[in-house]
Amino acid sequence: MNPSWVTKRLAGARQAPPGNRKLSRRGFLQLTALAGGGLVVAWTSPHFLRWGMRRFVGATPSRSEPSDFIRINPDNSVQIQVNRIDFGQGALTALPMLVAEELDIDMDQVRASLAPAGEAYKDPVYGIQMTGGSSGVPNSWMQYREIGAATRTMLVAAAAAKWEVSTDSCTTSSGVVRSGPHSATYASLSADAARQPVPDKVTLRSAAQFKIIGRGQPRLDAVAASQGKKIYGMDVRLPNMKTALLIRAPRFGGRVESFDAATALKVEGVIDVFQVPTDRGGSGVAVIAEGYWPAKEARERVQITWQSGAGGTVSSEDLIESYRKAAQTPVSTALKADPSPSDGAPRNLAAQYWFPYLAHAPMEPLNATFEMTDTGAKVWYGAQFQSTDQLAIAQTLNLKPEQVSLMTLPAGGSFGRRATPTSDYLREGAAIVKVWGERLGRRADPLKMMWSREDDIKGGYYRPAHLHEVKVALDEQGQIVLWDHVIVGQSLSKGTPFESFIIKNGVDSTMIEGVVENIYALPMRLRVTHPDTPVPVLWLRSVGHTHTAYVVETLVDEIARAAAVDPVAWRLARWSKHSQPRHVAALELAVEQSGYGQALPDGHAWGVAVHESFDTVVAYIVDVSIANGRPKVHRVTAGVHANQVVNPTAAEAQIQGGALFGLAMTLPGFEITLKDGVVQQSQFTDYPPPRMADAPSVAVHFVPSAEPPTGLGEPGVPPIAPAMANALAQLTGKRLRRLPFDLS
Amino acid sequence: MNTLNINGEPIAVAADASTPVLWVLRDNLGLTGTKFGCGIAACGACTVMVDGQAVRSCVLPVGTMAGKRIRTIEGVSASRAGRAVQAAWIALDVAQCGYCQSGQIMSATGLLEQTPRPSDAQIVEAMTGNICRCGTYQRIRAAIHRAAESLA
Repeated sequence: MNPSWVTKRLAGARQAPPGNRKLSRRGFLQLTALAGGGLVVAWTSPHFLRWGMRRFVGATPSRSEPSDFIRINPDNSVQIQVNRIDFGQGALTALPMLVAEELDIDMDQVRASLAPAGEAYKDPVYGIQMTGGSSGVPNSWMQYREIGAATRTMLVAAAAAKWEVSTDSCTTSSGVVRSGPHSATYASLSADAARQPVPDKVTLRSAAQFKIIGRGQPRLDAVAASQGKKIYGMDVRLPNMKTALLIRAPRFGGRVESFDAATALKVEGVIDVFQVPTDRGGSGVAVIAEGYWPAKEARERVQITWQSGAGGTVSSEDLIESYRKAAQTPVSTALKADPSPSDGAPRNLAAQYWFPYLAHAPMEPLNATFEMTDTGAKVWYGAQFQSTDQLAIAQTLNLKPEQVSLMTLPAGGSFGRRATPTSDYLREGAAIVKVWGERLGRRADPLKMMWSREDDIKGGYYRPAHLHEVKVALDEQGQIVLWDHVIVGQSLSKGTPFESFIIKNGVDSTMIEGVVENIYALPMRLRVTHPDTPVPVLWLRSVGHTHTAYVVETLVDEIARAAAVDPVAWRLARWSKHSQPRHVAALELAVEQSGYGQALPDGHAWGVAVHESFDTVVAYIVDVSIANGRPKVHRVTAGVHANQVVNPTAAEAQIQGGALFGLAMTLPGFEITLKDGVVQQSQFTDYPPPRMADAPSVAVHFVPSAEPPTGLGEPGVPPIAPAMANALAQLTGKRLRRLPFDLS
Repeated sequence: MNTLNINGEPIAVAADASTPVLWVLRDNLGLTGTKFGCGIAACGACTVMVDGQAVRSCVLPVGTMAGKRIRTIEGVSASRAGRAVQAAWIALDVAQCGYCQSGQIMSATGLLEQTPRPSDAQIVEAMTGNICRCGTYQRIRAAIHRAAESLA
């Protein structure tokens, strides 16, 4: 999800300077000595009532018990809880780096784990427990450092008292306090530290003092991942656990009219086959078996007659036509501008763009493992929206939220798919457990609910299809006198708990982000229509920027070229170092590092695009040719302004991976289409992600900065497709206005 | 009952002969390092080695495995090439989400066991069956070269 509408409002909350500062969560820290030695540093989440998400998370925030954030073990290793999921973006490593920096321990002392659902682990800005909007490090930047610094302060105070020396005489390093002849490990000071008062103020390190932040650290799970020992949701195994697969209707929200499971039940290892409610008011048939294979074999043998449901009979080609019509009468206005300058303008440019539905297709298919207990339920999965999922599961199982324990496991990618405001697949999994328990007349056995790849590609919750129509009017000098922009696309937020925060004046802010900022200060009118197309939609990595960046960055390139102005020079002429210093710095860095403008081999062309998302600016300069009717990207140079980079090794990977994620959207076949309400793709064969041959070398350069960190998981995605399109236009003379690209 | 040779150990498995090796490894034996990604040999997440060849275990019936040596990610460090690949993966911090990386490591190990100093083109050819949605291909390429150098 995109928090930009929130971060703008709450920018002050995380922009506090380093150095001596009042502890913002004073009173919420609690240190407890462990009986066998060691120390627990717990933190109680303050109640962030200033942001209204509480309203749907629960009317009365429970008075929570403090939860462990840091645990100093008797062997002086330090266990750190990470309040995010890690699905590749590197939170598992980056957040412990922040604690380690201020606590003054070495990274090899760190043991990190993903926190379960709990009050203490709610995002300190959003007030719900979630991962999204590239906000993990930005929002927890002060939180994790302050906890580390406060703990260190108390350990030093304990040592100083014990040795009868001043705290000023004490130094720390590698988890040891020293003063003159004295030294003591943190673990040995635990009992005394727990008796120290929580400090009023902590002194945070300045950027110049950083020993860990800003220096590349390998992922803390790199060794486990290389040995097949990293346990994902898919790998959870419980005693007596069964596997469930669900047969969903061919059309969204469809219902079972009747079904025959006689043949399916003959498959060895099959336990039960029964009807269950599914997402969007539909119903389906669940198959319970001893493992995936018998469940799959049985699933193929269930005979079902379907009724259509809420999903309708959408066809992609009809949708384009209906969106074109809708663009002529936009419903809501996001930016106003006087349209009269376009009357009689000497030059006009009209462009229409189409972006298809896209599936996230993370490598690990969706899954969740449920265990019913005496007191409620436990669920193990790649939890991305713990707070809303907990409510959804509790509702489905007729439990209270606090009776549902969620264990956050690492996930094999998400790209937004596990961040469903409707908790679609978790409700479905819980419904299977519930119905099965009712059929058994006892508590259901532990159950792993799995999706196949076909379930995933056909399962909806797509990046919505969008139509953009832009009319640009220019005067005699080639200056833009009106940029009249209309976007048609489904709202991501309508009907979800997020609706009241995201939709303002009829405009879903996640659809206009990336254009509404009007970074080139143009006379811009921006209007939208959100049709109620009955296809489930969801944010996909970089959200609205996946389409808005393409339109803005290709169209300004086209305008610059038409005026015979170099597109880099065109951009720099519109930005000043005062108004857009980070854009200028990122673009200039990319230009300098790429050799932009130098002669390329025949059949190659340079392309440029610059885009800010999640408070980070990414400039790509690409070297592109065409091979076998496909774009071939030879080299990408990235200039990135993400303020202080916490872990450069992971940050580089996020930009490289983001670039490839965006490049995927340009490749032939990478689109979800519907015909008569049925999704036409089902596998990696007809929805083909990039393979190694498609992957360019991406050289990533960060603008040096000591300002508080901004997002990194998503900003690498948006500018790659427009940079490629701008290069291809030089090669073919054609402007590509539809994704994926068709170079025929 | 099938007796399989997995990572050098004879292991008896009660599974229907048509069951793919992937599900025997994961569901019957608890060897969850081998991953499920697509079920149709299109993504490579389930790659294991059978008699030294990297193959997709999701379409490999267990009944065809009599007398064959299966090596999984859990046993890849038994070979010099496997250890070199794992070390290069860690040194270059290849993995992001990591889910496809068992399969990537198996394919890379298979490549280096056959072709100790592969060219970029040979790497692309050997690795083309392995999808990574995080986009780690650039580091995979570099890590394979690094592993090859360490084996020289």
